[in-house]
Amino acid sequence: MSTYSPDAAHGGHGDHGDIQLDELTLEEEIVRRLGDASADTAEYALWLGDDALILAQQLGWWISRAPELEEDVALGNIALDLLGHARSLLSYAGSASGRSEDDLAYWRSEREFRSSQLAEQPNGDYAHTIVRQLAAAVYMFDLYSRLRTSSDETLAAIAAKAVKEVDYHRDHTVEWFRRLALGTDESRRRLEVAIGHVWPYVGDLFRDEPLIDRLDGVAVRPSSLRARFDVVIDALAAETGITFPDADTARGGGRRGMHSENLSILLAEMQVLAREHPGATW
Amino acid sequence: MSPVLADRQRIWDLAATVVDPEIPVLTIEDLGILRDVEVADDAVTVTITPTYSGCPAMDAIRDDLLAAFAREGIPNVAVKTSLAPAWTTDWMSEDGKRKLTEYGIAPPSGHSTVTRGPIRLTLATRCPRCGSADTVEVSRFGSTSCKALYECRGCLEPFDYFKVL
Repeated sequence: MSTYSPDAAHGGHGDHGDIQLDELTLEEEIVRRLGDASADTAEYALWLGDDALILAQQLGWWISRAPELEEDVALGNIALDLLGHARSLLSYAGSASGRSEDDLAYWRSEREFRSSQLAEQPNGDYAHTIVRQLAAAVYMFDLYSRLRTSSDETLAAIAAKAVKEVDYHRDHTVEWFRRLALGTDESRRRLEVAIGHVWPYVGDLFRDEPLIDRLDGVAVRPSSLRARFDVVIDALAAETGITFPDADTARGGGRRGMHSENLSILLAEMQVLAREHPGATW
Repeated sequence: MSPVLADRQRIWDLAATVVDPEIPVLTIEDLGILRDVEVADDAVTVTITPTYSGCPAMDAIRDDLLAAFAREGIPNVAVKTSLAPAWTTDWMSEDGKRKLTEYGIAPPSGHSTVTRGPIRLTLATRCPRCGSADTVEVSRFGSTSCKALYECRGCLEPFDYFKVL
């Protein structure tokens, strides 16, 4: 996505009429060097890129609202990492159809998004965000670990970079899960409420679609990530005495563009500026 | 090809004068962000790599590189970004670590590993002000992606730690 350029800070005119919205071409160089994505690979890159983008948008909301200042900073940093992954993945996805990362982020409608239904679950209270982030980070860590050996060099390069960052995200969320589970009666009660709301959507991360059959060696088969995910969650359950419900009760279908109203509300806020003022610079 | 461009080391040294906008005591060479310079057909290509995927300093570094070459009368410069191999704190120079400590930021301790086991080994982080190893992590995420926030129990001062990646 276009980024605010700090040029104004050194050498700009000093009032906010002169800030450049810099169209960054960096991703083109990352991506095009190794060739454009095929249509199927682009679709898979959207699965991953949209998860990262939607979660980044969700976590950004917490800045100034988190329970403590350190968490404002932590979630802001995690969101920034995820946005970085989204930029690389969407740029690569767009290379198949001549679209930019901005085209894909701002000009697709809800049904065109391929994010899992987990990603669009509302921030809720901090427990809801931690539960959603726990599932996402544990899943992403194994996903990117394995995607490093993808036969697609671009996906492998993005994954090799992302996995090191997601490792920190996973640590962060596991520690918060423990703190809420073993903290006070109230924190534990709210964590259990959050798990009841969020966990049914976790299964959407692990559903295979026909696309996966055409991407052998390129993509990581979602269902094959389930066993290692369950090992981590089962260990947390044993440690804290928290019970996790069945993760597959929601209908799912995010990878086919089936979403709840949560996503349309999120997209309305995320996309409004770009759509109201196409090509705007400020 | 002009005589200036024929000297690759000079081109590298020129690129290496650019500093990180967030940590201005470190050059992009100290950080290991500067990966390559190529000179061909009167054009220079500089390759850099981001520390973190979303690092917003990359824009500023690219602009500063172009400005540094323009000042030397070398206009035909492209800045390329590469993701692979992924940047690691292991690429930070010893000189860079020393400068970082003097600046008040604890340098990364230990080395990154390809895959981490279930247990994260956290080595003691020394306070860059008083040298005490009696420090405690306040938050794993700090003022920028690459730093964590620590507190020294010796001198009671908070400080940034450049975390291992």
